[in-house]
Amino acid sequence: MNNVLVYCELSEQNRIADISLELCTKGRQLATQLQGRLQAVVLGHKVEGLEKQLYLYGVDEVFMADDERLAPYRTLPHFELLSAVIKEQHPDIVLFGATSVGRDMSPRIASYLRCGLTADCTTLEIGSHTDAKTKQTYENILLQMRPAFGGNIVATIVSPETRPQMATVREGVMKKEVLDATYKGSLTRIATDGRLDKADKAVRIISREIKEQSINIKPASIIVAGGYGMGSKENFQLLHQLADAIGGEVGATRAAIDAGFTESERQIGQTGVTVRPKLYIACGISGAIQHTAGMEESGKIISINTDPNAPINSIADITIVGDAVAIVPQLIACYNNNLK
Amino acid sequence: MRIIVLAKQVPDTRNVGANAMNPNGTINRAALPTVFNPEDLKALEMALRVKNQMPNTTVTVITMGPPRAEEIIRDARNRGADDGFVLSDARFAGSDTLATSYALAQAIRSAGDFDLVFCGRQAIDGDTAQVGPQIAEKLGLPQITYAEALESVSEQEIVIRRRLEQGVETVCAALPVLVTVTSAAPDCRYPHAHRLLRFAKTPVEVRNADDVQPDFARLGLAGSPTKVKKVDNVVLAHKDNVHLEPTEDNLNEMMKNLINEHII
Ligand SMILES: Cc1cc2nc3c(=O)[nH]c(=O)nc-3n(C[C@H](O)[C@H](O)[C@H](O)COP(=O)(O)OP(=O)(O)OC[C@H]3O[C@@H](n4cnc5c(N)ncnc54)[C@H](O)[C@@H]3O)c2cc1C
Ligand SMILES: Cc1cc2nc3c(=O)[nH]c(=O)nc-3n(C[C@H](O)[C@H](O)[C@H](O)COP(=O)(O)OP(=O)(O)OC[C@H]3O[C@@H](n4cnc5c(N)ncnc54)[C@H](O)[C@@H]3O)c2cc1C
Repeated sequence: MNNVLVYCELSEQNRIADISLELCTKGRQLATQLQGRLQAVVLGHKVEGLEKQLYLYGVDEVFMADDERLAPYRTLPHFELLSAVIKEQHPDIVLFGATSVGRDMSPRIASYLRCGLTADCTTLEIGSHTDAKTKQTYENILLQMRPAFGGNIVATIVSPETRPQMATVREGVMKKEVLDATYKGSLTRIATDGRLDKADKAVRIISREIKEQSINIKPASIIVAGGYGMGSKENFQLLHQLADAIGGEVGATRAAIDAGFTESERQIGQTGVTVRPKLYIACGISGAIQHTAGMEESGKIISINTDPNAPINSIADITIVGDAVAIVPQLIACYNNNLK
Repeated sequence: MRIIVLAKQVPDTRNVGANAMNPNGTINRAALPTVFNPEDLKALEMALRVKNQMPNTTVTVITMGPPRAEEIIRDARNRGADDGFVLSDARFAGSDTLATSYALAQAIRSAGDFDLVFCGRQAIDGDTAQVGPQIAEKLGLPQITYAEALESVSEQEIVIRRRLEQGVETVCAALPVLVTVTSAAPDCRYPHAHRLLRFAKTPVEVRNADDVQPDFARLGLAGSPTKVKKVDNVVLAHKDNVHLEPTEDNLNEMMKNLINEHII
């Protein structure tokens, strides 16, 4: 069957997580291209009604289980039910978030079904593939592009022979877009009676400490990032002004955060968050590998640095050599001029 | 108690030089130094901490790779592991994570009874974080991923703190269980001089595919559902770098272009 199935995650507020809505948006496109249906699985507790949120994104069929043993997420109870739905429905494609939940669940499912799983995809397309040795051509399969080798290469991966074709995608990589406010889907309830008893016993959650996140720069499509070269907390405010003007978020290097210029939630890099905005403006950032690891897949990179030889310039599309503290206000002025 | 640690020898992708890529876009492995996969060192440390708390524990390290991966076993022994072996065979070549996890699961089975399996969350070359949970499934074990601290351990169970996007969670699992360890976990202890001397002449055992009695159809390329269709070099993508003098006109032109290209 040509169906696409999305494994939905729940946020701490018990809503469908953004990453899952992003996957539904992508899944809808793929399902339409394959002339199949879009299916979604929701496993949790007190999830009644969440199917309506999914219909807006073009989901045709929601499979839902409601049981207190399904929340918070634990591997085996979810595995028990999800693996059964996939076996029964035979979707062509299954999508997961590349989150701590999706990366915990998807490999276990792939191992159980003995199918291919591609990690951290940045692009998913339907296309054809011809095997170099056998010359056999496969039509309408999933082409999965993913960065690998520390982000130095992008590989296109296919799983032509096995079904389902499975992939994980990071948050913020795909767009989330309501399809149709009146879209009609259907709901199928999954019975849990007797099915979770064994899985429930394996791993017990003793405690959880979840921070309410007020700053989340990951989904931003434009990021104005500042480094130690911005010089002060006051100068960092200029970055906020630019970001506000052009509709972006402010990111930072560890050196800038260590110096107290801004909040630690804004750290980008190996020990911070990974971002892939359309536009990344790096102001007073040298471009240490630990920083670039978290931003090098940005669409367009502009670097503003007093040092013409700063390493960041080698991955930038545009390099402006000069004082960021003077140039940033000029950019705001130019932007406003061009809007007129 | 018996603990298995899985460790991979990886090219050091954190120190990629200009010649790391062949002109045709493939990886020039010869130009890259190899290292002990960083998170696998953390997994080894967590295993050694269990050993410190539980008398009569042996820690066995298994690595799959070319014969030179014996360096991993030597390094691990010098840091405190009891023994280990390299799983090496041309018939494993081209394995994706499914085939890799199958081969490693067979190797673990061939090594006898165990109570705990520790591996890294992710290898810095393949970067998938898939092998750990896939091995857990194959061995029928529960899994604890993203472990950052060992809270306590006994003959019956283990308590682990694990990292989530927005916080931490402490879980308890009955043994046996498989644990994948993240970079937030404590660093590995250094090699001991006296262990270096003690093991200097101890050879490293190498096992091949026959030794782990696999279904050969599930190994290597044949056992790998994923195929690499093509590889593009990202380093080249940013080649045309434009230098802009920060004049009023230039900045204005740049912002105009960004607006026209619908980037902002
Ligand atoms: C294990 C580990 C993990 C790390 N993780 C991260 C991480 O996740 N994220 C991260 O960012 N870092 C991380 N780091 C730190 C990283 O190595 C660098 O130290 C850091 O990224 C440097 O920040 P910076 O570019 O702001 O500062 P610097 O390297 O000090 O660079 C400042 C730059 O500003 C320029 N400059 C100065 N004045 C001006 C001006 N007026 N206008 C324009 N330009 C100016 C300078 O020419 C220079 O290029 C990590 C380090 C380690 C060891
Ligand atoms: C560019 C590229 C992209 C790839 N993409 C995919 C993909 O999307 N899907 C896929 O299935 N395969 C993929 N592969 C193949 C994959 O890299 C190999 O199968 C690899 O052997 C295992 O995956 P990993 O490095 O991602 O390990 P991870 O799953 O990240 O490793 C997790 C842990 O498992 C243990 N481990 C892993 N390998 C070994 C080993 N050889 N010896 C001992 N312990 C080990 C370690 O403890 C490690 O920390 C890709 C390969 C390349 C070159």
